This record gives sequence, structure tokens and C-alpha cells, in this order.
Amino acid sequence: MSLLSVENLVAAHGLLTAVRGVSFAVDEGAAIAVVGANGAGKTTLLRAISGVHRIESGRIVLDGIDLTRSNAPKRVAAGVAMVPEGRRLFGDMTVRENLLLAGEYGRAGRWTLDAVLDAFPALKPLLDRPADVLSGGQRQAAAIGRSLMCNPRILLLDEVSLGLSPIAVDGLYQSLALLRRAGTTIVLVEQDLDRALGFADRILCMLEGGIALEGEPAALSRADITAAYFGLARAKGGAS
Amino acid sequence: MLDAIVQGILLGGYYAILAAGLSLMFGVVRFINLAHGDLAVLGAYLALFCVERLGLQVWLSVAATLPIMAALGWFLQAAIFARTLRAGILLPLLATFGLGALLQNGMFGLFGSDTKSLGNHIGSLSWSSWQLPLDVSIGKLPTFTFVVAVLVLGALHQFLARTKVGRAIRATSIDAEAAELVGVEAARIHRVAAAVAVALAALAGVFLAMRALITPYAGPAQLIFAFESVVIGGIGSLWGTLVGGIVLGVAQSLGAWLSPQFFQLAGHLIFLAVLGVRLWRTHVAEHGGWRSAVLGART
Repeated sequence: MSLLSVENLVAAHGLLTAVRGVSFAVDEGAAIAVVGANGAGKTTLLRAISGVHRIESGRIVLDGIDLTRSNAPKRVAAGVAMVPEGRRLFGDMTVRENLLLAGEYGRAGRWTLDAVLDAFPALKPLLDRPADVLSGGQRQAAAIGRSLMCNPRILLLDEVSLGLSPIAVDGLYQSLALLRRAGTTIVLVEQDLDRALGFADRILCMLEGGIALEGEPAALSRADITAAYFGLARAKGGAS
Repeated sequence: MLDAIVQGILLGGYYAILAAGLSLMFGVVRFINLAHGDLAVLGAYLALFCVERLGLQVWLSVAATLPIMAALGWFLQAAIFARTLRAGILLPLLATFGLGALLQNGMFGLFGSDTKSLGNHIGSLSWSSWQLPLDVSIGKLPTFTFVVAVLVLGALHQFLARTKVGRAIRATSIDAEAAELVGVEAARIHRVAAAVAVALAALAGVFLAMRALITPYAGPAQLIFAFESVVIGGIGSLWGTLVGGIVLGVAQSLGAWLSPQFFQLAGHLIFLAVLGVRLWRTHVAEHGGWRSAVLGART
């Protein structure tokens, strides 16, 4: 059975439907990358799964538990954590406070402060600094660490490499690879197609709110992905 | 003049307690509560009721009043404030304006229009003072109020910095949605903040009733003083409310020293001056320097 199951999800911004009947499933320990052009509905999809964006219809099920009507804190308690676009750390609070808060309100589990610092050693000397003064890479590490402190069963990462230097992105993906080896289930939204193809087990390419192409990276040709990405032609394997 | 400054500093303690709740509500819930002054007066009337009708000792009645008012704050947030916030910025103002009118007329109906005071229930504390050199006289009640203000703000600071709920309040005040993404129930945290804010308003109301006469319609004036203290001290800054309260208190006290009619006017003038400077600094920052700001040219 899949860990996460999303069924016919519809989400809107006012009159504009941003996600149109999207369905997919994620197995435990898998990594899925959601790609697509700006405005394709990737961020809305992740926000709807995490519970901070109200959905119009559809179902979200985590390990057999229907979370559709649960708010974001209840989904965190069930095991869904999200690193939002722009990191959104609590800037006036220290890195330690950011991490501890998530530990206090999230699920209990193996991700303690020490475990997070082992995974992101660069955070150790920054613990007592306000989150506002961190660099982009440090902020992303702190944001991922904060979500891990919730001990999620599935980790959602939105625009994970956006605004980071190439060196910071390298470090970030090394950390994400470590998380994958530790068995963390990941759904990430990524603009960088090469990074997404290199990291994920499966790619979902979104176009105008629907899934235009879906498959394992090795099975997808670059031309198919580009066509689905920009809506140049009807791609094979499209779900909507 | 030295005496006027000392009296103003001590008066700032009362304003700090009054303003702390308003600042907390705005900082955490992003909510301007126009009934804040009326809730302070309601707290004073509740303490008076406990003393005069139930025969409780005055400090016991204060201890009973605060949790009751905190529960009222929790209820108001859940039943009214949270609902109005979903409808934009105008409805909270209208709703709390209406709540203030309701409280004023409710208190008028229940307690009448006669002036009331807790001053005659606290013995010599209401009038006794210490005489210092240079003709400075320090009242025991204003000093006590100031000490309580510092202790309350200190306790609140520790609560926000060192407790799980305190950290959640700070996180929610920075980014409520991000707080929800780490498991914090922002709506519950808002109710906690409202409970603390209304309890603080009630504490201020009790001190107001100890040092002055109150009527059911005393709330709006207290709201203005609270607003001025918050703006002068910096919105959302806990210790800033003490600084703002002291600045306001000293300005009013110096105004009264010049002429009794200048008491409130001096306070309003210092408030407008600080507000003007703040707006000017924002204007300068937006234009990239004072020269461009004066000439009106964007750089």
C-alpha cells in the first residue's frame, strides 16, 4: 500500500483553478519530483497536501488515514511536514528555537536536535544566531532541519534549490541523499530539471494544474519532458 | 519639575500594563481591539463587585478577577475576534467598537453612572507617600504599580522566551502559516494571547480604579493612552510599551506641571511628534535618503 495517496485533488485561488483533479501515490521511502513551468500548480499542490491551502474536492490519505478534513497541525501530527517556498524561518528567533519549536509541536521520533545537527553539521555553530542573519544555504538547511524535527513520515519540499548558489545546491542535495538513505519519503518541487531527474525515483510534470507526464526518469526522454513542461505537444503517459 | 518627571515615570508603569495587552494582541493576532479600554474598566468593576458585593479582600478579588477576565479574552477570541479577522481589516474594528459600546452600556446598566473607586479599599496605600529631597514626593501606589509593571513585563518576557507556548506565540506572531506547518495550532495560540491580553487590561483597570475614580464610560480614554504608549514604544515590543508608557507619562506630567489643562494635550503632542518622526523616517528610507525625500524624487 502507498504511504501517501492523492485522489482527484482540486484546489483554486479564487476563481482560478490551480490544481485540476490531480491523482498520484507515493510509496514509503520513495522520492518524487514535481516539475513544471511557473504557474503549473506545483506549489498549490504541495500546500494543499500540507493543509495550508483549502481544497475544493478530492482526497488525501496517509497510510490509510484520511487527512482531507484535517488542518495543517493535525497533518503534521499524522506525519506530513513541509519546507515552504522561501524557507519561512521565524527570523527573530534563534536557529535553536526554530528547531526546538518543531520538536515540541511535531511528532516524537528519531529526529532530535542532535540527530538534525548530525545531518546538517553546518548548523551547529549557528544555533544561537537569529534565523534572519543566515545565508540562503544555511536557511534552507535550517528549514529542512526544522521540518525533520517534526519527525515526518513524508517530507514535502517546495522550490528546494531556488535562490541558492550552485555550491549550496550541491550541499543541499548531498543532505537530501542522506535523508533518502535513512528511509525518508520525499516529494519535492524543483525547477532544475537535471537535479530532479538525478534525485527522484519518479517525475511528475505538471502543466496548467494537471499532470501532463509521469514516469521514472530513465523511462522519460528529454524531449517528452520538455514537451510536457511547456505544453508543446500531448505527451505520452499524461494523467490529465 | 523634577517631581513632575518622577511622577510621569511612575505613571508610565500604569500605561505599560494597559498597553502590553494591546501590543500583544496586535503583535500576535494582528488584531486592533477597540474595546481594550472598556475591558480594562470591566476588570475594575468586576474587582469592585467582588469587594463590595461578595465581601472579598481587595487583593483576593484582584486574584479572582484576572482568571475570569482571561477566560473572557479566550471566549471573545474564539467567538468574535477570530471570525471577524477572516472578513478583512474593517470588520474587527467595527466589531470591537460595537463590543466597547456594549460593555459601556452593560456596565452602566449593572453598576449605574456613579463614580467608583477601589482607593478606599486599600487603606493608606492609595494616598501615602515617601518624601525625598529636592521636594520630590513618591506615592506608594504609583511606585507599587510601577514595580508590578516591571515584574509583569519581566514575567511575560520570560514566558515568551522560555516556554513552549511562549515560543509558539512568538512564532505565530512572525508567520502564523509557517507555525502551523510545524504543528502549532495558530487559532489556539491566538486564544492564549487574547486571554493574556484581556487579563493584562483587567490588571491595568484595577490599578486605574485604585488611583482614580472610574465610570462605565472611562474605557475610550484609556484606549487612547494605550494606543499612544504602544506607538511611542514600538508596536509589538514588550519592553517598548514600558518606554512608551514612561515617555507618555512624563509628557503628561510635565504638561500638567506647566498648566493643569495641558495634561492630556502634552501626551497627544508627544505621540504625534513620535508618529511624525516614524513616518518621516519611513518616507526617507523609501526614497533612499533625506535629500530625495525632500525633493520628492525617487532614486
